[in-house]
Amino acid sequence: MISSIDLMLLSLVVICAIAAINVKDLLAATMIFGVYSFLMCLLWATMGAVDVAFTEATIGAGISTILFIGAILHTTRRSKD
Amino acid sequence: MKALAFAATLVTGAILLYGTMDFPAWGDPQSPAATHLASYFIENAVPETHVPNLVTAVLGDYRGYDTMFETVVIYCAGLAVIAVLRRSKKS
Amino acid sequence: MKEVQARAEALKVGESIIIQTAVRILVPFIQIFGLYVIVHGHYSPGGGFQGGVILGASFVLIALAYDLKYSMNYMSERVNIILGNTGALIFVGTGVLCALFGGLFLDYAALDALIPLGPVEWRSFGIFIVEVGVGLAVMSIMVSLFWDLSSNGGLDEGL
Repeated sequence: MISSIDLMLLSLVVICAIAAINVKDLLAATMIFGVYSFLMCLLWATMGAVDVAFTEATIGAGISTILFIGAILHTTRRSKD
Repeated sequence: MKALAFAATLVTGAILLYGTMDFPAWGDPQSPAATHLASYFIENAVPETHVPNLVTAVLGDYRGYDTMFETVVIYCAGLAVIAVLRRSKKS
Repeated sequence: MKEVQARAEALKVGESIIIQTAVRILVPFIQIFGLYVIVHGHYSPGGGFQGGVILGASFVLIALAYDLKYSMNYMSERVNIILGNTGALIFVGTGVLCALFGGLFLDYAALDALIPLGPVEWRSFGIFIVEVGVGLAVMSIMVSLFWDLSSNGGLDEGL
C-alpha cells in the first residue's frame, strides 16, 4: 500500500523535474517547480517527517514560487535555449 | 555536447543508486543513526524540557546554536537583498 | 516591466473584484493560522520558521491581489524592519541573558534565577520565546524579500 504510493510519487517527481527543465515558458516552468516542491512535501509526509513536510510546503511551494514570479516579471517570459 | 551531458547525468545517477544499496532499511532501529543519540532524546527529552514534540525540543533546546545561526543566515540574506536592491526615491 | 503592467491593465487582468474580496476575507484566517502554528509548535508540527513564513505569505497575498502601495497600508517598511530586528534580537538576547544569569549561552534553565518557575518549565518557556523571535524575523525577511524583488527596489510599483 505505502510502497505503491511511494512509487507513484517518485515517478511523478521525476516527470516534473524533467518537464521543468524542458519547458520553454518560464512561468510554466515555475509552476511545474511548485508542483515538484509539493510532491516532495507529500513524499516527506509519507516518510513520517511532518515538520520537514510543513517546511517544504511553505517555503518550496509557497514563497519561492512567488519570488520566482516576481523575478520573471523583470525578464522575458520565454527562454532562448 | 548534449549527449555528453546526458551520459554524465546517467553515470552519476547510476553511481548514486549503487551507493544506496549499502544503506540500512528505512526505519531500522539497529541502524547507526538510531542507536546513539536518538534513544537518548526519546527517553529524556520530555522529562527534561516538558515539550511533547521532540523535533521542537531538539531544534529549540538541544541544538539551539544551530537554530540561532539559521536565523542569522536568513537575516543576513534579507540585509544583503535590501542593501543591493533598495534605492531611495530621490536618486 | 512597464509593458507587462500596461498589458495587464489593458486586459483588466490586474485587478479582479472576486480575487480581492476572497483575499480580504481569507487574510485574517491565514494570519490566525500562522500565529497558531508558532504558538502550538510545542504540541504539533510547526514552529517559528513555518509560522513566520505563513504570516509573511499573508502580506504577500495582499500585495498580489491588490498592489504594492495598498499592502504598505497593512505593514509599512519601517514597522517591517523594526519587527525583523526585534525578532533577531529576541533570540540572541535570550541567549545572552542566560549567560548573564550564570548558565551557559542558550541554557534556558539559568533564567530560573530571574523568575522562579523551576528549571524544567523554564526550558519549555525558553523554547517558546525563541520560537516567537524566529517567527518575527522570518516574517519580516520574507516580506521585504518579496517587496524588493518584485518592485526592483523602488517599492513604488510592482506586482
